[in-house]
Amino acid sequence: MSETATTPAASRPAATPPAGPSYTGVDTSRQPVWRGLLRWEAALVVVLIAVLVFGSVESDTFLSSTTFFFTGLNMGEIAIMALPLLLIVMIGEIDLSVASMLGLAGAVMGTLYEHGTPIALAMLAALVVGAAGGSLMGLLVARTGLPSIAVTIGGLTLFRGIAEIILPNPTAKTFPTGLANLGVLPIPGTQLAWSAGCFIVLAIVTAIVLHATPLGRSLIAIGLQPEAAEFSGIRVKRITFWLYVLSGVVCAFAGILFTLKNSSASYGAGSGLELTVVAIVLFGGVSIFGGRGTVLGVVLSVLIVGALQQALTQIQVPAEVQNIITGALLLISVVVPNAADTVSRLRARARRTSAEPARA
Amino acid sequence: MTRFRGTGRRLPAVIGVAVVATVLAACSSGGGSSSSSSASGSTVKKNLTVYYIPKDTQNPYEVLADKGGQTALQELGGKVVVSSGTADTAAAQIPSIQAAIQAHAAAIVVAGNDPSALCPSLQQAQAAGVKVVAFDSDVTCPNHLFINQADTKEIGTSEVDLLVKQMGTDSGEIAILSAAASATNQNAWIAAMKEQIKAKYPNLKLDTIVYGNDDPATSLTVLQGLLSAYPNLKGIISPTTVGISTAAQYFSTHKDVAKRITLTGLGLPSQMKSYVKDGTVKGFELWNPSDLGYLAGYAAANLASGTTALKDGATFKAGKLGSYTIKGDSGAFSVVLGPPTVFDKSNIDQFNF
Amino acid sequence: MTATATPEAPALARATRTSSLLRVRELGIAVLIAVVFVVATLKNSAFAHPHSIQQLLTGAAIIALLGVGETLVIVTRNVDLSVGSVVGISAYIVGMTFRDHPSMPVAFGFVLGILVGAVIGALNGVIVTVLRVPSLVVTLAGLYIIRGIDGLIVHGVTIDPGSIPNGFQAVGYKTVLGVPWLFLVVAVVVAVVGYAMRSYRAARDLYAIGSNPEAAELAGIPTVRRVFSAFLISGALAGLAGALFLALHAQVDVTAGSGYELLVIAAVVVGGVAIFGGSGTVFGAALAALLLNTINQALVSSRVSAFWTDAIAGALLLAAIAFDRWLSLRVARSLTSAEGAHRDV
Repeated sequence: MSETATTPAASRPAATPPAGPSYTGVDTSRQPVWRGLLRWEAALVVVLIAVLVFGSVESDTFLSSTTFFFTGLNMGEIAIMALPLLLIVMIGEIDLSVASMLGLAGAVMGTLYEHGTPIALAMLAALVVGAAGGSLMGLLVARTGLPSIAVTIGGLTLFRGIAEIILPNPTAKTFPTGLANLGVLPIPGTQLAWSAGCFIVLAIVTAIVLHATPLGRSLIAIGLQPEAAEFSGIRVKRITFWLYVLSGVVCAFAGILFTLKNSSASYGAGSGLELTVVAIVLFGGVSIFGGRGTVLGVVLSVLIVGALQQALTQIQVPAEVQNIITGALLLISVVVPNAADTVSRLRARARRTSAEPARA
Repeated sequence: MTRFRGTGRRLPAVIGVAVVATVLAACSSGGGSSSSSSASGSTVKKNLTVYYIPKDTQNPYEVLADKGGQTALQELGGKVVVSSGTADTAAAQIPSIQAAIQAHAAAIVVAGNDPSALCPSLQQAQAAGVKVVAFDSDVTCPNHLFINQADTKEIGTSEVDLLVKQMGTDSGEIAILSAAASATNQNAWIAAMKEQIKAKYPNLKLDTIVYGNDDPATSLTVLQGLLSAYPNLKGIISPTTVGISTAAQYFSTHKDVAKRITLTGLGLPSQMKSYVKDGTVKGFELWNPSDLGYLAGYAAANLASGTTALKDGATFKAGKLGSYTIKGDSGAFSVVLGPPTVFDKSNIDQFNF
Repeated sequence: MTATATPEAPALARATRTSSLLRVRELGIAVLIAVVFVVATLKNSAFAHPHSIQQLLTGAAIIALLGVGETLVIVTRNVDLSVGSVVGISAYIVGMTFRDHPSMPVAFGFVLGILVGAVIGALNGVIVTVLRVPSLVVTLAGLYIIRGIDGLIVHGVTIDPGSIPNGFQAVGYKTVLGVPWLFLVVAVVVAVVGYAMRSYRAARDLYAIGSNPEAAELAGIPTVRRVFSAFLISGALAGLAGALFLALHAQVDVTAGSGYELLVIAAVVVGGVAIFGGSGTVFGAALAALLLNTINQALVSSRVSAFWTDAIAGALLLAAIAFDRWLSLRVARSLTSAEGAHRDV
């Protein structure tokens, strides 16, 4: 289908910020990119240190290798899912189907394994399913031009639903011991959980791609100015499609790890995690409008959320309060940069006599 | 307690850490809670900390059970920490298990959201010397004690018998309104019900099982679907407090449905009182969740103190509930609270839980 | 509505044409509902039983009501993910108040629900408009925060039917001439809001803001006030939905309303409301809620395994938005060809 300039209501508006519903359409986040980046990551480092201090003061067991291991264990899959989401949000889209794909991949692997398929093949099948699901999302978003929030909500429901059909009851067959130990033992010689280790590797790869390759620069360009990017020869649709396929495969991989860690597959695995992953990405300083964000920010965000959860659970803060804190952090992560802009905006308006709002 | 402050580079494997931690804990001064069952006499240790990890922090049934546990530990001079997530998932319970390990809890009393997903974490806890007791919803991990609210088979048979008695006939179509499709306890009871139907009531047909996921909105939706899909239903068993109260509410506002379908199941007297009084529901069963938590607390404390052990025939005292005997073999041990109580017009006023 | 100066005429003409095509969309949904109904009845005649139809209407009512508010917000190119949590906390607060003050009049219960929702809606609105925070983030944060606060208030205690006055419960199940009260209340809201959206300048401003926020601002539309009102109304309606939830179920715990936000967005999108704002009607959203519920009930009634419903719902949603896209591309082609060289930015 041709994607020419069409009615604004149904297509991605071109000149105004493309993605993520925004109130005014005036993107106040398009400042010199690097200045904005380092400010946010620096703030995150401060927050991380604050959380560590808080944790060690309030709980004597916080600063320990066990806590480090547990944090990695709990956050590993979520962190892995955050990486492709980072890239997708960078180009101004979103993917809410991540956690459902985790569940579906786990269900595929689990049900195949229970019926006698060798574990390696079962894992491969899970990855293939991830690619298929990602392709579907990518097709609908990139080729057909549908809004990613709606498409991936559909994907969220569809994938979970398929998982329910193929695995109505949790698996009972135990996984091979070596693999099952993923959930119990760290990488030998370290205190790093296996999923955390995978995350680190993937994060390094993502960082190299995003910050040091032409592809990464294309992503930023697409996020900042999709039309300009298209005209400058960047294959926006192709990149978008493959990013969703990547997301599907990576989330399937996370699903495999999750299932092995829990030593069981169930269709509800990971249910509800999509919002946590989105929150982590946004809290990591990735702009919902696209075009801005770093892998470092996401890594710091993962560490902060993970450490905070450990600290709060150790000092017996109720889960409801932890929810409130998560929400508040998310809010702060967006209000603070905007507050600075709001203040400068109001000041600028006071300085000028004109009533015209500042244009980007 | 300062074991590994701020290092974090050269770190031993977690099992090694746990062992060292246990040793250091045992060596550290101060009353702290003991985490290994050292050979003690016949008295339960004081100052034990037991972590109660319910399915979620809001489930009313488990809130009552947790309170019972608190009473038990208080009587024993210890304390209970209730910790869990807000979502009914295994992933939400894992951080609490980890916190229990970190806190060197004497025991964990857990209601599992998933039969096996918690096992890796629980095994880590056991390796660190924490005793594991399950209640309400069992887990499949080895070497733990399951506090069964009532004998599984007995729940199944008594539920079916109760329904048949209330229907006044042993032939017709019935259905089951359950909780989550993966809930271990539900599936065990349903299996027992099916057996009872096959054995004793050949003219009773179980049409289907619908899953309300323990929340009122979903339970109502699946109930309505059930009613329209099977217009000849004569009876419904809902072995979950949320399911039966949702169904009862619907029946009490749609009297014609109540007239042709008999409803029973497992319910909380406090929720079902008005329905029993106005005749919508003739009777239902349950046991005292508070007693369940109380028993679990005593069992956990005894295991942690070494005054009882995981073997068939071992006994322990559970305060006001009396003496209990552990049954089981090869890793699967359980204790049964007692027979379910039937609540109906004659006795429902006596209970306030 | 008066046709004024020339620059407005093409816009008006386009609006009329688009609105008649949108009516096609709503008609299409209505036809789909009828088709599903007929098929389900053929498989199981009990589906057409009056009780069953009442259930269809009641089951869709709350999501439809949420859909009305969500439509207002989405039309302005925003989104409100906190509606489910608002339903939960509003239902619980109303229930708690009835339990602790049994003599409270039934009507007050509804007013209280609306108030709770309105307060939260206002907060959302302020943060979105004044602090310029993207609504996706605000309402996502709101979802967590409100759910957490709700959990603290609820503290594991369920409000039981015994605490809810019979008069209040009656709204949940009583019918008038066979039509459930619950459905009537929601139908009235849909009609009122739908009418207002077509006829009042302030409401039509919402469409303008969603289509092109900068242009709307330059044209003198008070965007801050309008968007704030959209969130306020969305919150108030969610609060009302919470009170209705309580009336319907007569019991509430912490799970009330959970997951509703995604259901509502699905309904709204299927109902033809463009996720980027600027078009769609509350009638479409409400009808879509009814369609989704009808499909759900039809599946159960036809004895399709319960495990299939999610997959079918997901597939449907994808099909619906793909169809929506195809439809709007056709509209665009017909418009651009009809108006020659006119090109949108």
